[in-house]
Amino acid sequence: MQAKTEPALRLATSDRSAREERARPRLTDDHVERNPGTALDLDIVRALRVNRSAVERRAATIPTRRTVKKEWQAAWLLRAITLIDLTTLAGDDTPGNVRRLCAKAAHPLRQDLVDALGVADLRLTTGAVCVYHSLVATAVEALRGTGIPVAAVSTGFPAGLSPLEERVREIRASVAAGAQEIDIVITRGHVLTGNWQALYDEVRMFREACGDAHMKAILATGELATLGNVARASMVAMMAGADFIKTSTGKEGINATLPFSLVMVRMIREYHEATGYAVGYKPAGGIRSAKNALEYLYLMKDELGNRWLKPDLFRFGASALLTDIERQLEHFVTGRYSAAHRHPMV
Amino acid sequence: MTSVREIFDTMEYGPAPEGDAAARDWLALHGARFGHFIAGGWTKPAGLFDVSNPATGARIAQVSQGSKKDVDAAVRAARKALPAWEALGGHGRARYLYALARTVQRNSRLLAVLESMDNGKSIRETRDIDVPLVARHFYHHAGWAQLLDSEFAGYHAAGVVGQIIPWNFPLLMFAWKVAPALAAGCTIVIKPAEFTPLTALLFAELADAAGLPPGVLNVVTGDGDTGAAIVAHDGIDKIAFTGSTEVGRIIRKATAGSGKKLSLELGGKSPFIVFEDADLDSVVEGVVDAIWFNQGQVCCAGSRLLVQEGVSERLIAKLRARMETLRLGSPLDKAVDMGAIVAPVQLERIRSLVAAGTAEGAEMWQPSWACPQDGCFYPPTLFTNVQPSSTIAQVEIFGPVLVAMTFRTPSEAVALANNTPYGLAASVWSESINLALDIAPKIKAGVVWINSTNLFDAAAGFGGYRESGFGREGGREGMWEYLSPDRAVPARENGRAARAAAKTARGAQARAVRRAAELDDPDRGAPLVDRTPKLFIGGKQVRPDSGYSIRIAGADGRVLGEVGEGNRKDLRNAVEAAHAASGSWSKATGHNRAQILYYIAENLAARADELGRRISALTGGDGAAEVEASVRRLFTYGAWADKYDGQVHQVPLRGVALAMNEPLGVIGIACPDEHPLLGLVSLVAPAICVGNTVVAIPSERAPLAATDFYQVLETSDVPAGVINIVTGAKDTLAKTLAEHDDVDAMWYFGSRDGVKAVELASAGNMKRTWCELAPRTWIDSREGEGRPFLREATQVKNIWIPYGE
Repeated sequence: MQAKTEPALRLATSDRSAREERARPRLTDDHVERNPGTALDLDIVRALRVNRSAVERRAATIPTRRTVKKEWQAAWLLRAITLIDLTTLAGDDTPGNVRRLCAKAAHPLRQDLVDALGVADLRLTTGAVCVYHSLVATAVEALRGTGIPVAAVSTGFPAGLSPLEERVREIRASVAAGAQEIDIVITRGHVLTGNWQALYDEVRMFREACGDAHMKAILATGELATLGNVARASMVAMMAGADFIKTSTGKEGINATLPFSLVMVRMIREYHEATGYAVGYKPAGGIRSAKNALEYLYLMKDELGNRWLKPDLFRFGASALLTDIERQLEHFVTGRYSAAHRHPMV
Repeated sequence: MTSVREIFDTMEYGPAPEGDAAARDWLALHGARFGHFIAGGWTKPAGLFDVSNPATGARIAQVSQGSKKDVDAAVRAARKALPAWEALGGHGRARYLYALARTVQRNSRLLAVLESMDNGKSIRETRDIDVPLVARHFYHHAGWAQLLDSEFAGYHAAGVVGQIIPWNFPLLMFAWKVAPALAAGCTIVIKPAEFTPLTALLFAELADAAGLPPGVLNVVTGDGDTGAAIVAHDGIDKIAFTGSTEVGRIIRKATAGSGKKLSLELGGKSPFIVFEDADLDSVVEGVVDAIWFNQGQVCCAGSRLLVQEGVSERLIAKLRARMETLRLGSPLDKAVDMGAIVAPVQLERIRSLVAAGTAEGAEMWQPSWACPQDGCFYPPTLFTNVQPSSTIAQVEIFGPVLVAMTFRTPSEAVALANNTPYGLAASVWSESINLALDIAPKIKAGVVWINSTNLFDAAAGFGGYRESGFGREGGREGMWEYLSPDRAVPARENGRAARAAAKTARGAQARAVRRAAELDDPDRGAPLVDRTPKLFIGGKQVRPDSGYSIRIAGADGRVLGEVGEGNRKDLRNAVEAAHAASGSWSKATGHNRAQILYYIAENLAARADELGRRISALTGGDGAAEVEASVRRLFTYGAWADKYDGQVHQVPLRGVALAMNEPLGVIGIACPDEHPLLGLVSLVAPAICVGNTVVAIPSERAPLAATDFYQVLETSDVPAGVINIVTGAKDTLAKTLAEHDDVDAMWYFGSRDGVKAVELASAGNMKRTWCELAPRTWIDSREGEGRPFLREATQVKNIWIPYGE
């Protein structure tokens, strides 16, 4: 995917002179060098152009230009399982339902299906479990020994309008409780008013608070009004050091869509070409069907390449999705259509 | 078998074949051997030739080579079916068209699969684009049939139409031809391309099952000889052709002087213009849809990428990256972007043009993945370092080959875009509405897509400028191609009337020359001051290059004066003057043009007595009435100048398609002999009213009315070069103008031989012609003015503007 010519953008990194000495950041099959961010370059941000109608036309053909059948479909769905941030973000969450979620994350597919598919050696798990801060400790405990990271939504999720110090404190608390991934929300008002400096400063501060925990920046695309704003917010979040950019909290009126995703992954590509840093992508909210999940995989593969089909660079924020994938996999194994109640509930 | 476990690691795409069993069953039902579909039934298969699947090279059927006899039978069937079909009325035909739309939808997958097998295009395209557009076309035209009486009052079906369609969109082009013809009340003889006849045959069978009366739609298969037989057939009233400019030119010549209506949708080398403020990632997908759609075998393919220099390097890098991810393979695979090239001969043509491009020094780039070796496949190809002078920058390749060039400024982009004999389509990419909407009208093309490409819809007209042909398909503008005005005298009677008129004219010239009437004025003691009418070119009176004059006799045989004998050099100068004036005149506001037309009328009225006497002397008719009618006519077009609005089409997208009436450019006008002033005014006024500039050849018999008239023009603020008048031998001058490659359209009112000569000569640059044999009743405003004249003076450009932030 990498252009042979000079990078289109020249981004200043936070420590530019040191950065220029270094070789291009490492991106191997099993390692992603973390994005340290760059200086905020408003020329780049303001020059971004997105044509909504053209984006929608392209997005509309992603599901019609690609499909996978039979063994390919089964394999791709298995891969999709490993990319799920199995999530519960409800006001009535308790340790009980979170422990159930964690158990499902560790054993996402019925063993007979795993055996029939011949993938026992993969020891499939979901990509992570995603909960509110108060349930982080429960989840960490429940997942001990599985290698599955716990992600915490943070910074006054979902609206992100609590005092800044509190939001930063919340990150630190979740990290201290054992969260390895922090899903922060941005202040949408900064985007809507074009206050890119404020957005940059905020996300930078969050990133610093995350320390070694990976940070996913939730843009709440459904509240950003235009695809142009989605592009600009994506770029600023990456400049400020986001490890992932993520569409939605799941609480907005419109959550993940292919057009939003197309715009965001194009920005990831732009940033990667310019800086060498690979930033991950997480669509979240409303992805419930196996077919829909596959469409996202086509998008990632065609726009960014196979490397973005691994959990360190791609996640789905979902819960019901897993059950539909299980049903489709059982259908592949048995030839009969399956039912949700045949699979252990999330 | 690749295991699930392995695929989990590789995450490659696998095969995803669409089943072809139903299509094979249908072929087998016919023994894979087809006759023609004539008069509601199959003829016995004869003179069979193979139809192959280009993806495999395998023969999938055999169809019959249509002979002259077959074409005769088809035309007879169509002729026989015509009266009842026309008499059925708009609503009755609307019911049939509706049934055909529903039939297409009910059989959509069968049509899509068969099309893919026959043509090699991907099932995604036939399933998601071609077949839905076919159904849409029938729906839309069911509507025009329903509204025909109210919306096209005063018009009737053109008659039996002969239609010849290409292999790149076999079924879609079939629908584009058949639907409007059926709606108008025409009956049809259609020939699908020899490479891809199967969906047309299937459609004929489906239409028959839907109850379409026998003979209304006849399908004759065959090669170019069959097409030639259709073109030459006496029993056909109109020819519609889509295909190469080369064949279009042959058809133009073959039908010259035959009285057949003609519409041609020909080739292109369409520009795809990218400004530096465009959304470049979207541009990349636009290019995919422009040149790798249907393997680039698209007449309106955006095949010339024009990029603003500052973003060129970035865009080319993005394009190459995207080309790496395109998937090419079995057309019936549901996950490919590109299928097969239609036939080995086409593949060979692509290869040789690519070789020529490389030999000329352009830099060729293809993606790293391997292209299948079996079957007719060609990889997506990008040429950079291309100059406008390169072969590949000028010639229509009709394959997945893009040539990229750069420009510096918007005006250079327009110049490069228009630097082609073609004018079919264009794409303009910019996020600035000011820029995009400034550029679109400046491009010589029938369709302009803003920030999009290859959008089609039945509601929007499609068709070319220049050597990309004339006539429109789709929308209201497309219906005119299949309608004739009720007043038109049938072609044969036309001929008789014209011959009679010619005889009178010869009689007038043959009369003995008498003394000049003006010099013989009994009321004056001294002779009148001698007057020398000249040619009127570039706003100036000029002497004819030849140095000769022609004596002009009046109705009574007396010499009324002498006019200059214009020749080809005078015409050359006149065309140059017309071009010089064209830019600013076409951009002048309607209000401004109206003022000038009214002012001409005012000044003409002031000299009404003098001109009236002159006309009476010339023609023996009522000169005063003719001047009066001419003043009214000028008022009519003064009125129209700011009212001949375009349309906003209802296309199915968030956006608009603006159908703009644009001037043709420079029109040559050979005026009728009768009504020397009114005939001239009736043609020149509508032409300039909408922004054309003209070179007029006045009545050969009575040109003095025109030479007097230029004095009116001189006093009326008509910008120099907008109207040029060259007197002389009409047919000779008309032929020269028709041959002139920088004249955009030619109107000719005169003899059958003259019509033929003009139509033949027009094939040079495929200029639009408007020729009539039968004298019109010019004095009658119902025949002498109005919308039909304005339609002839304009071409419709459809500008698609998707919007939304």
